[in-house]
Amino acid sequence: MLELKNITKKFGERTILDNLNLEIPDGQILAIVGPSGAGKTTLLRCLSGLETPEQGSFLLNGQPFDPAAPANAEQIIGVVFQDYQLFPNLTVLQNITLAPKLVLKQKEKAAEKQAERLLQQLDLAGKEQLYPYQLSGGQQQRVAIVRALAMEPQVLCYDEPTSALDPALREKVGQIILSLKNEKMTQVIVTHDMDFAKQTADKVFTVNALDALGGDSV
Amino acid sequence: MTYIEQIAPSLLAGAWMSIKIFLWTLIASIPLGVLVSLGLLSKFKPLRAILKFYVWVMRGTPLLLQLIFVFYGLPIIGIIFQRYDAALCAFIMNYTAYFAEIFRGGFQAIPEGQFESAKVLRLTKWQTLMHIVIPQVIKIVIPSIGNEVVNLVKDTSLVYVIGLGDLLRAGNVATARDVTLVPLVLVGVIYLAMTGVASYALRKVEQHYSKWR
Repeated sequence: MLELKNITKKFGERTILDNLNLEIPDGQILAIVGPSGAGKTTLLRCLSGLETPEQGSFLLNGQPFDPAAPANAEQIIGVVFQDYQLFPNLTVLQNITLAPKLVLKQKEKAAEKQAERLLQQLDLAGKEQLYPYQLSGGQQQRVAIVRALAMEPQVLCYDEPTSALDPALREKVGQIILSLKNEKMTQVIVTHDMDFAKQTADKVFTVNALDALGGDSV
Repeated sequence: MTYIEQIAPSLLAGAWMSIKIFLWTLIASIPLGVLVSLGLLSKFKPLRAILKFYVWVMRGTPLLLQLIFVFYGLPIIGIIFQRYDAALCAFIMNYTAYFAEIFRGGFQAIPEGQFESAKVLRLTKWQTLMHIVIPQVIKIVIPSIGNEVVNLVKDTSLVYVIGLGDLLRAGNVATARDVTLVPLVLVGVIYLAMTGVASYALRKVEQHYSKWR
């Protein structure tokens, strides 16, 4: 169970997250839906340690953790960014194995084997030696998902996973998210795509524009 | 032909001096330029101010003046260099400033998302720099670095001012002694060969980095 307790985040005078409480049971999918500027991405950035909230705590299975823990610490939250942010100078395989090798100290062979297994699972077999620019948008997104999964996170977050995809690909990423659910992966989807959220998520948390994102989700 | 054979040894000795200054300047000032550029981007204001001042002075005054200053000026405050060391010192300080500005631009061109993505993957700052940022910066800066490298080949001719025997000086001496332009034509050909080799090497580096976009 992932819990967010009393998370408050301000930018200057403006309160973006106001005493927010969220609970996500293991293996479930939570979608956070709302218009741009409602604080969805800020929430995701706090959860992944890119922003530090003024107040509040994060708990995994009752144990508090610091999302902004120093580098080389254990991976708790994996993130698939809206624009994927693959490393253009590395091949698909290198993109995926870099962090497992450097951070998790996996052996090269083991890291590559795991990467190949995940690539196969997400229909990317044979793309190992390509560079990101040689892939389509949908393929780049799936590489980003594999890259996050290779770090063996406890929770996987997506920032606007459908925003750049055509309907067929949108369906495909939905299937991937549901297949990861079958493997008991806890997932958080930030999106403005209400239909996608309803199709995929176990629970949908709706936020409104102008209000600070706050209150209890349950 | 026999005349060319006669003057060739002195021209080649001069060319060797130019090549030594060229290579040592490059080897020292590229890594130093990366370090200074990181300092120029640091959040520590005093460091930034000092480095900005350094770059301003180095780029804002002629290299010729800097050479004279290092060789004739610094001894006044007790810092004495041999001619060759003075030349290297002035060249490295000058080119470090140019390279630092080029690298600063390169670092600023890397999207913030690349750093964030690396951070979320739990890479350390150093790992992010070495594996992700610097390769991308190199690709961005190669064309500008290339211009400076070709300039550097030609700038080595400035060392005559502190009495070092470089290629141009060797040619000048022969021309004055033998009252013919042949040595200077040869000097031009040798400079062209040196810039040609440098450009060729840079093209190879550029090709190496064109595997990805």
